[in-house]
Amino acid sequence: MTTRIVELRRGILKKNDELAAGLRDRYAAGGVLVLNLVSSPGTGKTAFLERTLRELRERGAKVAALVGDLETDNDAKRLAASGAPVRQINTHGICHLDAEMISKHLEGWELADLDYLFIENVGNLVCPSSYDLGEKIRVALLSVTEGEDKPLKYPTLFNSADAAVITKMDIAEPCGFDRELALKNINEIRPGIRIFETSAKTGAGMEEWLAYLAEERVKREAFQ
Amino acid sequence: MHELSIVSSVVETVEESLANYPGARVVEVRLKVGALASVVVDSLEFCWGIAIEGTALAGSRLVVVTLPVVMHCAHCDADVELDGVQSFRCPRCGEICLDLRQGRELDIESYEIEEADRSEEIGVKG
Repeated sequence: MTTRIVELRRGILKKNDELAAGLRDRYAAGGVLVLNLVSSPGTGKTAFLERTLRELRERGAKVAALVGDLETDNDAKRLAASGAPVRQINTHGICHLDAEMISKHLEGWELADLDYLFIENVGNLVCPSSYDLGEKIRVALLSVTEGEDKPLKYPTLFNSADAAVITKMDIAEPCGFDRELALKNINEIRPGIRIFETSAKTGAGMEEWLAYLAEERVKREAFQ
Repeated sequence: MHELSIVSSVVETVEESLANYPGARVVEVRLKVGALASVVVDSLEFCWGIAIEGTALAGSRLVVVTLPVVMHCAHCDADVELDGVQSFRCPRCGEICLDLRQGRELDIESYEIEEADRSEEIGVKG
């Protein structure tokens, strides 16, 4: 018997990465800014997105959303109340969205008719960080009820984010939320990241967030 | 949590490549995993036993080499290795580093096979 080493040197998630690259090209061709929202379950992704969709539509923007959950279409129903087209992706046990699921659920949508597409990932701070969905901006969300050290506990996700959103700021005080410490921790893991302090309930921080989206969209158009 | 799907995809890739080496037995599969890859090595090893059952890789070992995070420090103008993933500051000068050079890898490096020697094969035919 002889032994032989076969060199492969390839990414394990190569198939996903290739599909995501294809999606990225499609988003660019359609001129749509795509964001991937990631957080723990219960951070308030859906409430934040409901408000974002509603306010963008009020400003005349064309928006759509894909929302991932293991089961139920509850979140899609909530988001659809904004009037935006919304599709639910049920992963049936899979802990993250992948590029293939996105591709499948975009069928029939004309990307060129959209300004913004939001993808609300499955509530999970670990696995979604490995799966590129072709998005331009990955947003990591953190609520004031979760503890200021969440970025330190889940550095892989926060380090891969392009923007961070702190949610539920309206209850920061009763929760004893240490704002300075949370900002410091996010900056340790992802230095220089844009951070938005928001409340979907009161609307605090939404102006700044919406202005950021508009800026990024203009940047995106300039690049095409 | 997604380690089983990761190792399943490794098994699939190695099986495809194995078609080039008929009759070979897989001894070992080597992965390179960066500290920021979001996978747990123990969990990969645990899932390996499940994923290879009934495949051409049955009985093989999984070897995982973990790679530390390497950043380029603009201040030192050098690539620096971080001690962990709790801070992205240069361990030499303390400045913030923004340029990631290593740490997100999730790669199949190689696999080792055992093949029957050519002379043995000829012997069998003779």
